[in-house]
Amino acid sequence: MKHRIASLILARLAIALVTAIIVSFAVFFATAMLPGDTATILLGQAATPEAVEGLRKAMHLDDPAIFRFLRWLAGVVQGDLGVSYANNMPVAKLIGGRLVNTLKLAGLTAIVAVPLALTLGITAAMLRNTLYDRCLTIAVIGIVSVPEFMIATLAVLLFAVYLNWLPAVSFTSEIRTVHDFARAYAMPVVTLTIVISAQMIRMSRAAVIETLNTPYVEMALLKGASRGRLVLRHALPNALGPIVNAVALSLSYLLGGVIIIETVFNYPGIAKLMVDAVSTRDLPLIQSCAIIFCFGFLLLTTTADIIAILSNPRLR
Amino acid sequence: MTSLVQIRDLRVEATTDSGRTIEIIRGVDLDIAEGEIVALIGESGSGKTTIAMSLMGYARAGCNIVGGSVTVDGVDMVKLSEKDKAAVRGAKIAYVPQSAAAAFNPAIRIMDQVIEVVHIHGVMPLEEARRKAVALFRALSLPNPDSIGERYPHQVSGGQLQRLAAAMALIASPKVLIFDEPTTALDVTTQVEVLRAFKSVISAHRIAGIYVSHDLAVVAQIADRIIVLRNGEVQETGNTADILERPQHPYTQQLLAAVAPHHEPQSDASAAAEALLEVHDVSVGYGPLRSDGQPAIVAVENVSLRVARGRNLGIIGESGCGKSTLARAIAGILPPFAGGVVFDGRELGRSARSRNADQLRQVQIVFQHADTALNPAHTVEDILGRPLTFYHGMPRKQRSARIDQLLDMVKLPRNLRLRRPAELSGGQKQRVNFARALAADPRLIICDEITSALDTVVAAAVIDLLKELQRELDLAYVFISHDLSVVEAICDDIVVMYRGRKIEQITPEAMARPEHPYTQLLLSSVPKLDPAWLDNLRQDPEQVREYCQR
Amino acid sequence: MTSAAPSAARRPRFGYRINAVGVAGALVVAFWIVVAVAAPSIIPHPIGDIVDTDYFGPMSRELWLGSDYLGRDMTSRILMGARYTLGISVASVIIAGVSGVTLGMIAAITGGVVDMVLSRLLDALSSIPSKLFSLVVVAAVGSSIPVLIVTMAVIYIPGAYRFARALAVNINTMDFVTVARIRGESLFYLIRAEILPNIIGPVLVDLGLRFVFIVLLLSGMSFLGLGVRPPYADWGALVRENIGGLPYAAPAVIFPSLAIASLTIAVNLLIDNLPTKIRDRETS
Repeated sequence: MKHRIASLILARLAIALVTAIIVSFAVFFATAMLPGDTATILLGQAATPEAVEGLRKAMHLDDPAIFRFLRWLAGVVQGDLGVSYANNMPVAKLIGGRLVNTLKLAGLTAIVAVPLALTLGITAAMLRNTLYDRCLTIAVIGIVSVPEFMIATLAVLLFAVYLNWLPAVSFTSEIRTVHDFARAYAMPVVTLTIVISAQMIRMSRAAVIETLNTPYVEMALLKGASRGRLVLRHALPNALGPIVNAVALSLSYLLGGVIIIETVFNYPGIAKLMVDAVSTRDLPLIQSCAIIFCFGFLLLTTTADIIAILSNPRLR
Repeated sequence: MTSLVQIRDLRVEATTDSGRTIEIIRGVDLDIAEGEIVALIGESGSGKTTIAMSLMGYARAGCNIVGGSVTVDGVDMVKLSEKDKAAVRGAKIAYVPQSAAAAFNPAIRIMDQVIEVVHIHGVMPLEEARRKAVALFRALSLPNPDSIGERYPHQVSGGQLQRLAAAMALIASPKVLIFDEPTTALDVTTQVEVLRAFKSVISAHRIAGIYVSHDLAVVAQIADRIIVLRNGEVQETGNTADILERPQHPYTQQLLAAVAPHHEPQSDASAAAEALLEVHDVSVGYGPLRSDGQPAIVAVENVSLRVARGRNLGIIGESGCGKSTLARAIAGILPPFAGGVVFDGRELGRSARSRNADQLRQVQIVFQHADTALNPAHTVEDILGRPLTFYHGMPRKQRSARIDQLLDMVKLPRNLRLRRPAELSGGQKQRVNFARALAADPRLIICDEITSALDTVVAAAVIDLLKELQRELDLAYVFISHDLSVVEAICDDIVVMYRGRKIEQITPEAMARPEHPYTQLLLSSVPKLDPAWLDNLRQDPEQVREYCQR
Repeated sequence: MTSAAPSAARRPRFGYRINAVGVAGALVVAFWIVVAVAAPSIIPHPIGDIVDTDYFGPMSRELWLGSDYLGRDMTSRILMGARYTLGISVASVIIAGVSGVTLGMIAAITGGVVDMVLSRLLDALSSIPSKLFSLVVVAAVGSSIPVLIVTMAVIYIPGAYRFARALAVNINTMDFVTVARIRGESLFYLIRAEILPNIIGPVLVDLGLRFVFIVLLLSGMSFLGLGVRPPYADWGALVRENIGGLPYAAPAVIFPSLAIASLTIAVNLLIDNLPTKIRDRETS
């Protein structure tokens, strides 16, 4: 049995690797489709044809796409992400601090959102069809139905404009005290938490309810087990796989969420960096940010699948 | 004598999709004395499980107990609060489910589930409960009684799980036990063992209870009294011997008649007649091919068969013996990796794709579950019309006339032709399923367990229909079943399969004296309508050990 | 249960039930569809005309939903915005649905290498977060309306594929498909007659959910300024244009948001409360 688990996990990792390669390929070519000549863009319209030609050679722009891709991939593996077109700085340096900021925001959100959402989702499943459950379900439908920017703007409207409790934008550079920290992070974290919790509540509730409808839970009921015991002892261990999956999916949703949230709150993270890079068409920067996002996503889904394999009692 | 259980005028309602309520239990009375086992007999939908569950004050989702009383040991279960019901469940009344495989939680070790009742109700120290569980495992003749509790449910076989479920029910010494078709999912040779185990613990602990089943022969071994149910009403109540020997109600008589095998020597065609189908040394398997050209799992090995024109061949064996795989190989669904199939003197391609339309038309297969064999999105007319268009290119008018003919042949009213499968009963669906095969004008029909999902009375009618059609049309059947009486009733030759191999071929006349030890074991394990059958059954323990590792 | 055959005639052949919430959802959806189709002939003012001397004007008898940051009529702009939001989303969901579902059914029936390659490729595609994918595409080829439609479609093809494939794989194991296959039926017949009719219900529900996601993604992109561009404006772009009115809680920023929410919530409610076909088991 141990052998079977190991081979399943290896297979999953192999799939992740294949996916990673396909994704980097896709990202590279999507950005390589950029119309207009990169060298001309870099040098400006006034550049002499000789200068453009020289730069093309230097950047290997005339090589077949597959070579450029391999060269770029080799660079990525070695940590060389290229040089930004916009301000000539190494991309790695531009990204570094921004990535930490985004991870801070995402990590903080995860710490708040995961326990909160799972508690709400599981209790809703336990108290199915009660007033509590119905209210929660309605709130969840409402939240998943509106765009993130709306929740963010509503939060700004409420906390910054009407109540005047919090600043409308985050400035991480000015943080000195815990109070500053809380003021700066409260709004983005609260917004992101609302956004990703809704999905997590919905999915964990559904997962628990599904296991509650199995014959073995009915059997436990006929043994005289209490409602709490039915959920905690019998349903939860079997719903673990789907719940972990829900968490991973919601966290990956977080990656999309930060793009909007960082823009709305002007938060200096990697997503904001990327949105700005899109407006300036800064190719190497876009590629690198995209790869980071994709790999983060891949890491989450792969971890979730591996946990699901490990938590499957039939493989023990 | 006051009885331990008294059910008076029980009424249960079910709510349908449209919000309409139907009464599914219509005023049932029932008594169980101390130490008495009462059997509830009836076909699917008769309400037998619903009544049994009401003893625990429980009704499945969508059902409601709306009237009457269920008094167990002086307490009316219907009136108790949810909390008080929980206190009784498992402690005073326990339940043995139909499918133990589904009723065990896959994430919890068996021992923890068996003693969970003790944990919940706190009737004894857990250590003592563990010792008692091991003693029960031993009493139920489970292998490795000391260590089997440490395993997870998926690590033990179905027959063992069924006995473990009984141990789980007995752990807190309940006064009343509910057996809900506890052997229905088992093979006959396993069933014998499980029934024996049940019978010995029942008499050892002087247990009272309800035994729900559709199988009169099984019930005859266990029950003191039998209650015959139909559509939520009691048809007849009586002692086991009385019901079996002197049934009063016509429905009971019908049930009994359907159980008794009635073989009539079938065809005039002799076994030496020209061969219609010949199967030569066929081997079939699943999974990727290994280096030696064999698939990873070999399900059928070197099986040869011969079906003469107008004669029927039966294939019997227990689950996993490869009989359905063999049927699929003959039909070309699962190409064999060795051997060949010859039909009417010509070699058929191994896979259906390599056979021409006429070859495909002549060999039809009918599957066990009419629910999955009929497209739920199509009407009966679509289902029967398609082969007519496909094989015979019939224009609309002619097709419509032929559909009417086909419906007549399988004895279905013509006005069913616009219905969809979901609007038909189980027996009707199986008839449509069969009519579709007839629509092709085949010469051979492979019937894969076609009566197994049907109630006894309905199944008997389908078998009669098959015989009748064979007389009218020039047909041969390959009839696959685990149910020996069905095969006996319709087949001229019977092949016995075990673990992918054909071990013996006999005729129904010779069924009384088979030669191969496995055939002997298999045939002797089929329950008979004789209450003393199980007690008198002597099986060679050597054989049981060799052929019955479940 | 077998004795009920004679009751055939009195059963209604088509019986559907829908609850009040579902009806409300359907009405809102229908309202927006009518608006999207008829917008040019029902708007009170041309969308480019400056009709108010003030910007971020309040709601009034003249301008029902106030005026925007240039003093244009918000009512007209929201009504016209419905065309872009609904039009682009519907077009995308149709493209994604038709191609994803067709590929899914082909993969399920054919199996083997075709299935493996398709599944791997589309899985890889779906492991790019949707917003990120559209950002990269917009960076590469700009954000004209056809590009937006194709991008949204491509993003949601893997989901539609995976959903349809999972359903089709289940149907494919059913005996009636086996029966059709050994009758000698073609791939096209299997897809059209045996698989599709049995998955179409859940597939449409799934496409409804995907429609909601597309509306949200499109609005999000437009909000970032990377979606629908001036002179056109969908609801997301309207929020972006008028975000300056947020501190004053101007109707110009609130109503486009409400429009988005009303559409997506209505679709969700409709999906959760779809008409259920009455399938009574026979009483006997």
